[in-house]
Amino acid sequence: MTQGELPGPGPDARQLPEGRRNEDGIRIDPEAEAEHPPERTVLSALVKHEPGVLAEISGLFSRRQFNIESLTVGATIDDDLARMTIVIEEPRPGIDQAKKQLEKRIPVVSVRELDDEAVQRELVILKVNGDRPDEVNAITDMYDGTTLDAGPRTITVQITGDEQKIDDAVDAYEQFGIRELVRTGYAALARGEAPTAQVKQPNKAPTESQVATTEADDD
Amino acid sequence: MSERASVPKEDEQDAEAAGAEAEAETDAEPPADGEREQEPEATGADAVVRALENAGVEYLFGVQGGAIMPVYDALYRSDEMTHVTMAHEQGAAHAADAYGIVTGDPGVCMATSGPGATNLVTGLADASMDSDPLVALTGQVPTDFVGNDAFQETDTIGVTQPITKYNTFADDSDAVGTDVGTAWALANDGRQGPTLVDLPKDVTQGETDAEPGLPETPDTYQPPERAEPENVATAAEVLADADRPVILAGGGVIKAEASEELREFATEHEVPVITTMPGTGAFPETHDLSLEIAGMHGTGYANLAVSLTDCLLAVGTRFDDRLTGDVRTFAPDADVIHVDIDPAEISKNIEADYPLLGDAAAVLDQLAEAMPASPDTDEWLEQCQTWKEEYPMDYETPEDDPLKPQYVVEKYDELTPADTVVAAGVGQHQMWAWQYWTWTEPRTWVTSHGLGTMGYAVPAAIGAKLAAPDREVVAFDGDGSFLMTGQELTVAVRENLNITIVVLNNEAVGMVRQWQDGFYEGRRMASEYPWVPQFDKLAEAYGAQGLRIESYDEVEETIQEAREYDGPSVIDAVIDPAENVYPMVPSGGNNARFALNEDHLEQL
Repeated sequence: MTQGELPGPGPDARQLPEGRRNEDGIRIDPEAEAEHPPERTVLSALVKHEPGVLAEISGLFSRRQFNIESLTVGATIDDDLARMTIVIEEPRPGIDQAKKQLEKRIPVVSVRELDDEAVQRELVILKVNGDRPDEVNAITDMYDGTTLDAGPRTITVQITGDEQKIDDAVDAYEQFGIRELVRTGYAALARGEAPTAQVKQPNKAPTESQVATTEADDD
Repeated sequence: MSERASVPKEDEQDAEAAGAEAEAETDAEPPADGEREQEPEATGADAVVRALENAGVEYLFGVQGGAIMPVYDALYRSDEMTHVTMAHEQGAAHAADAYGIVTGDPGVCMATSGPGATNLVTGLADASMDSDPLVALTGQVPTDFVGNDAFQETDTIGVTQPITKYNTFADDSDAVGTDVGTAWALANDGRQGPTLVDLPKDVTQGETDAEPGLPETPDTYQPPERAEPENVATAAEVLADADRPVILAGGGVIKAEASEELREFATEHEVPVITTMPGTGAFPETHDLSLEIAGMHGTGYANLAVSLTDCLLAVGTRFDDRLTGDVRTFAPDADVIHVDIDPAEISKNIEADYPLLGDAAAVLDQLAEAMPASPDTDEWLEQCQTWKEEYPMDYETPEDDPLKPQYVVEKYDELTPADTVVAAGVGQHQMWAWQYWTWTEPRTWVTSHGLGTMGYAVPAAIGAKLAAPDREVVAFDGDGSFLMTGQELTVAVRENLNITIVVLNNEAVGMVRQWQDGFYEGRRMASEYPWVPQFDKLAEAYGAQGLRIESYDEVEETIQEAREYDGPSVIDAVIDPAENVYPMVPSGGNNARFALNEDHLEQL
C-alpha cells in the first residue's frame, strides 16, 4: 500500500510498440499487411458411428462460426466408423482451427484435409416440367445423367460430378422450369494409394499440420 | 487425493454370465485384498458408485431427485465417499469445480434429470472455459420415455455438448460403470475439462454384474506429452537470443504441476514472469522477476512488458481477450513460443511462431536442457524495474471512511499463511482480491476466470475447504455476486466448514456500474442495489457468524474474529461505493495504454 502515489506517464506519453499483428493475431509487416482470402477446403473426418456424433460436429462448426458449405455423412466398410466430408470456406487460419477443433472431439478418429487432386463428387436430383421430354433427355445425356422418373408432367433426373458440372447442368435445365432440386454436398476420397484417413493408427497426437511453423501460412 | 480404492474381487461365474461385451470391460486388476464380494443383485447404479470408488473419489456434491435416486440409493451403501448435499445444483457444480482446482483431481457433481441437469449447466460451462477437471452425473428419464417430453426430461447430452470435453448417454447397465470411469479419466487426462454421463433410470436400476475397472481413456485419445526436440531446440535458440524476453504463465502451468519447473527456468535464465489470471500463483509475486499479472486489470508494468517484449514464452494459456485486449496490439514485436497440451490452442487467438506441443512441466524441462545460453536481460530487467516504480499498484486511503476494499484484501492477506486458499465471485471484488493479494503458491486462487460466473464464491469456498481441510479458506464476494448463490451458506453451516466470506459491499454490481460511468455517460441502469440485505444478519439467520466492518479500525479485529470462529463467518464489509478498479485496459484496447484513473480513461 503506497497511499496514493502519483502515477507514471499517462497513456499518450508511454513507449508504444511499433510492430503490428492483424486481426487473426498474426504478426505482419506493417508495410505489407497479410491478407487471408477465404479458401474452399474439403475435410474428411472418420468418426465413431454413434448417435449424436453428427450433432456434435455440426454444433462445433456452428458455434465456432466456421462457414460450412456442405456436410455429408455415411457408413464405411468398418461398421463402427462413419466418414464425414465437410466442405468449408474459410481463411487459412480458420481452416487450420476447424481441423484442430474437429480432431479434439473424442468421437473423431481422424481428420484430413484433401487437396484438389482428391476424387470429389456431388449428386443432384432435379425435377423439371415434362412437356419437352426429348430436349430434357438430350441435356441429361450431355451431362452423363440418368433419368429416374418420367411422367406426363414431370421428369426427374440425377447428375453426378463436381460442383462446376452440377452448376452448369442446373443452368441448362432452367429452360424447362425446375420444379424442385436436391443436392447432396460433396463426398470425397483421396486419389490413388494415399489413404483418406489413417484408420489403423487412430491417434489424437498432433499431426504435421498442427506443429508446422506458420511461415507457410503467411500467404 | 488420487489414491485409488482397490478393485474388488471379480466373481468369475458372474462375469461369464455377463457375456462377451461385459467381459471385455472387466479387464480389472487382480484384487489386492478381496474382502468385498459383489452384491448378488448389483445394479447399474452400483457400478456407477464402484467406478467412482475405483477412481479414488472422496467427495460428491449434489442434489437428490427422482431420476438420480437409484445412484443415491447405491451411494447409501458406500462407505468410501462422502456426499455433500448442496442447496442448488449450480452450487454442486461450482463446489466440485473448486474441489478439482484445489486438489488437481476431478471433482464430482450429481443432479437429477431435467431441471437438476440444467441447473448444472452454468457450472459446466464455467469448468469448460477454465479447463477445470469435473465429472457431472445426471439422472435421466427411463430410456423408453426418452424423446417423449416425459416429466423432468431434458436432452442433457444436447444441452451440454458445447460445454463439456466429453459427454455420453449411458444406455446399458453392463457398460455404465465403464462409462463413468471413462468420463473421469477424460476429465483428468490431457487438457483437463468437464465431462458428463447421463444416466437413465432404467439403466441405473437394471441388474448387472459387470465390474468397472480403473478409469481409462479411450485409445483414440492421446494427448501430446513431450514436444518435438527439434522444435524445442529452435525455440530455445530464439529465447536465448532475445533482448526483452518475457514468460507468460497461464493456468496450464498450474494444471500440469509445472510451477517448480517454471520457477527454476525463470530464475536460471533471469527472464521476467507474468501470469494470466488462471495462472495466478504459478510464480511467486514476491520474486524479483515477477511482474505479476497482465490483462484488462493487470499491473501497468506487466502490460508494458507484454507489449514491448521481443520474445514471449507463453505456457499453458489460451490468450483470452481479457488478457490480450486487441490482438493487433498484443506483443506485436514478439516471437511467440507457445507451449500447450491442446493443439487447437496453437494460433487460435495469437499466432505461435514456435509451437511446442506437450505437457508444460515436460516441455519446460526440455527447454531448460536445450537452452544454449541465457539471454542477456540486464537492461530489460532494469526497464521493467523502472516501470514497477512508475506504475505501482496503488489506491488512496483517506484516514477516515469510507473504507477502501483494497485495504480489506491486503489486511486479510497479511494475517494469513501463504497457502491460504482464496475463492472469489465475479466483479470488482474479484479484481481487488486478485490485485491486492500477494500470490505465492499454485492452487490457492479459485475463481471463475473465463465464464465470469457471478455467484461462484460461496459454493467454491465450500468445495475448496473440503479439498484442503487443513488450510485457511477465505472467499471474497460482492453483494451482487453473493445474492446469486448465498443460499449455499446453509451447506457451510451444516457441514461446519471453517471458512470466511468477505462481502465487499458497495450496493451495486460494481463492475457494470464502473463501465456505465466510463463508457455509458454514467447512466447507471440496473447496476445499483440500494436494497441489499444486511449480510451479517442474513448469515446469522443461516446459523453462521455474522460480522460487519464499516471503518478502518475495525478491519483487523473483525478478520481475526472471523478466523478464530469455528465455523463459517460472513463479514459484511461496507466499502466506498465510489471506488473503481484500476489499472484498466478498456475492452479490446491496447494493453500499453492502460488507465490508472478516470482522467487516463478519457484519453483512450
